[in-house]
Amino acid sequence: MSFKAKLGGALLAAALSTTAFHGAFAADDTIKIGVLHSLSGTMAISETTLKDAMLMLVDEQNKKGGVLGKKLEAVVVDPASDWPLFAEKARQLISQDKVAAVFGCWTSSSRKSVLPVFEELNSILFYPVQYEGEESSRNIFYTGAAPNQQAIPAVDYLASTEGVERWVLAGTDYVYPQTTNKILKAYLMSKGVKEEDIMVNYTPFGHSDWQTIVSDIKKFGSAGKKTAVVSTINGDANVPFYKELANQGVKAEDIPVVAFSVGEEELAGLDTAPLVGHLAAWNYFQSVDAPVNAEFIKTWHAFTKNDKRVTNDPMEAAYIGFNAWVKAVEAAGTTDTDAVLDSIIGVAVPNLSGGTSTVMPNHHITKPVLIGEIQADGQFDIVQETPAVVGDEWSDYLPDSKDLISDWRKPMSCGNFNVATGKCGGKGS
Amino acid sequence: MLIRLFTLIFLVLSFAATSFAQGSDPKPLFDQLADANFNQAETLVGQIAATGDPRVVPALNAFSEGDLYFRKSDKAVFSAKVAGSQLELIDPVTGESAGQVAKGAVTKIKVNNNLRRAIRAALGGLTLMSPDRGARLSAADAILRSPSAEALELVEAALAKETDADVKARMEEARAVSLLSSDRSIDEKRAAIETISGLGAAGLGVLNSVSGTIDHSLKPDLDKAIASIRNAQQLWNLAQNVWYGMSLGSVLLLAAIGLAITFGVMGIINMAHGEMVMLGAYSTFFVQEVIRNNAPGLFDWSLAIALPVAFLVTGLVGFVIERGVIRFLYGRPLETLLATWGVSLILQQAIRTIFGPTNQEVGNPSWMSGSFPLGGMTITYNRMWIIVFSLTIFFALLFVMKKTAYGLNMRAVTQNRRMASSMGIRTPWVDALTFALGSGIAGIAGVALSQIDNVSPNLGQSYIIDSFMVVVFGGVGNLWGTLVGALSLGILNKFLEPSVGAVLGKILVLVLIILFIQKRPRGLFALKGRAVEA
Repeated sequence: MSFKAKLGGALLAAALSTTAFHGAFAADDTIKIGVLHSLSGTMAISETTLKDAMLMLVDEQNKKGGVLGKKLEAVVVDPASDWPLFAEKARQLISQDKVAAVFGCWTSSSRKSVLPVFEELNSILFYPVQYEGEESSRNIFYTGAAPNQQAIPAVDYLASTEGVERWVLAGTDYVYPQTTNKILKAYLMSKGVKEEDIMVNYTPFGHSDWQTIVSDIKKFGSAGKKTAVVSTINGDANVPFYKELANQGVKAEDIPVVAFSVGEEELAGLDTAPLVGHLAAWNYFQSVDAPVNAEFIKTWHAFTKNDKRVTNDPMEAAYIGFNAWVKAVEAAGTTDTDAVLDSIIGVAVPNLSGGTSTVMPNHHITKPVLIGEIQADGQFDIVQETPAVVGDEWSDYLPDSKDLISDWRKPMSCGNFNVATGKCGGKGS
Repeated sequence: MLIRLFTLIFLVLSFAATSFAQGSDPKPLFDQLADANFNQAETLVGQIAATGDPRVVPALNAFSEGDLYFRKSDKAVFSAKVAGSQLELIDPVTGESAGQVAKGAVTKIKVNNNLRRAIRAALGGLTLMSPDRGARLSAADAILRSPSAEALELVEAALAKETDADVKARMEEARAVSLLSSDRSIDEKRAAIETISGLGAAGLGVLNSVSGTIDHSLKPDLDKAIASIRNAQQLWNLAQNVWYGMSLGSVLLLAAIGLAITFGVMGIINMAHGEMVMLGAYSTFFVQEVIRNNAPGLFDWSLAIALPVAFLVTGLVGFVIERGVIRFLYGRPLETLLATWGVSLILQQAIRTIFGPTNQEVGNPSWMSGSFPLGGMTITYNRMWIIVFSLTIFFALLFVMKKTAYGLNMRAVTQNRRMASSMGIRTPWVDALTFALGSGIAGIAGVALSQIDNVSPNLGQSYIIDSFMVVVFGGVGNLWGTLVGALSLGILNKFLEPSVGAVLGKILVLVLIILFIQKRPRGLFALKGRAVEA
């Protein structure tokens, strides 16, 4: 028994020392980065593409000579669309694999699940998806759109260009649509829209029977005022929603639908001919006419060996986040978390719509807002493009957060500074 | 917006008389579109329509569909058709071909919703007198959809010449909605309100939009018309909820009917049932891909071809699962549950590896697209055919179970296995075939569900809970129970949804089922007799 235990101990020690040695050895010529996207389960439909995009970016960077003279190595893990597993895998990436930074997550639930891990182990997460705001962490960079970089400009477009006066806010029942709709409702009411001209509707995940809701929307739209639908419906439920719209004859000219979660990837499963004219708001469309985008699409097709694969907005956000990290690491001369956190603020990298995106002190980035109309070929025609907008983490339209700002530069270093009380921490009065 | 539309139609009118007489050529107007922004393009569309030249109709149609391009070399504007890898340019006015060019040589002229509306209105004005009956009908529709005082005279001129009764009726309605916002006499407006009140939901929008501005003496008439439409709508709402409920019920029935055999009749807790549905949907996708690439003309038949394919594929997979896994686990429900759940994960990941994790596009054949109005409700073709289809499958299955020798064997084996075996029935063989039949029917259901839902590896997961719910609620082992269970759950859901919302509605239905099962553990139609005790 004791002999066995000793033997086991010795073996374990040996095993440990080899890994430690390996680790040290590996650290000499490669830098590891973590890719934390679901490759199985419900979210695989969206996240697998981002995993491929990250592998492509790493590949391209290595062709250019890597970072700090070392090759990059992507460590891919599969959190299987399971929120607690995201935290576990994040811990494994940081503690065991010793990655320098992690690129990943899609849903807000998964981001909230890994946030304490990144803060505890002091590592960096780049989060590439549009989200509801109301969060700012020292260790997370939000390269997707905050509500003021997507939702509010879209509503402005509909109100000014299409003359919309009546609004249906339809969403899936979870944190992103709920918060976004709360912000939008407050925003619309501040612009003089009456309560009775706003209809809010939530549906469960994966909702597939839209008959009642679409006919409700038609009824709501027959009040004699121009009506539009603002959709925060989550990925999977969109296909049956749009099919029902098309079948019930809801045309974009009569009741346009502007969506925040529908991109090229979601439209790939759909015959878009009856949907022409419905809108989406993003910071990037595949149809953007810029040389850097053409180059990106070409690389993407070559990397995936499939010239039908589409590109989408979260891919651009991943592209910006990755390049910003590379630039910050090169400026800092090390991958050490604290040094990179310091050097990344103010870093400007090209985005795919032909401009540049800058990492701001609130860990959000600047990017233009594009409004696109769905075309019969599943792509978007850009009908409006704004100048670059700074992501606003704490919405100005919610009473809880209007006094809060975030600034991670020293000496403030605070994610929720209350300008009314002059103190860091807590929600505003 | 509205004002712009008015000015536009005003332009149409004021120029219609003069410009056409002057023989103004729309071609240079089209060419100006190359450099125009959306607002300028809207004005240009008005000017093009104002030439009154009927030859511009196809080009305006092409514009609204996004098929108008300008040539990069000389900024000349053409409508274009795809011809292989190239585009065939067509002169926007004469309609003559201007040769083929590479796609890179032309730039598409963008169109937005405002422009589409403007084009629709312009086309309405241009085609009211068209010799083609369909064109006149859609012109009247266009005016109905975007009414304006300015269109009134055009409609009235067209009405005077119209002979077709249907078109005439539609034009009367278009005239009525346009008249409301004009400065005609009170009496004429009163008659118009009368006409509009017969229009249903579409009329409601028109009436509501003028209610703020209309003359006071007309207000009572207006309110009466609005109230009468609302009342009629309330009745139709009831009918609509029943219809929607039946439609949801038929989807539940489709999803559950295969399970009614594997779980209901055989007693196997089959967690891989949803994946059989998914495989059926992917078979449809596969068949459509083959048809798209080889025989596009057969597309409307794709579902009919996919049915036997899906049945055979999923039936075969079911057969293999039964022979390979389940037959070793009879009488051990917990292990069966875990094993079939494992199988479902394997099937999902296999599909994800082969076809990728993203949605696949499964098209609706033309007979399953669109809708038709029935009184105050809209009936969509795909939902209607799915109801028909699910009932057909149900009765076909009932026939197989009750009237064929194979069905007799199957029932004998499930009711008393040892006795059936003693009578010379090969019970393992019957087990395998029954499981294959249940799986095959799930596959057929997948063909139908591919028409209304995502075709992705996760398709099955969203139906598995609902399927079990229906079978347990209806009564395990009883096909009629499945039918009644599915339809009543569907209708209950659709009556709850408008008042409490989709999320709470779903929860309430679940709670009600739990309470119901407490009271009647064997479901709506409990099996009686010895089979229950066995």
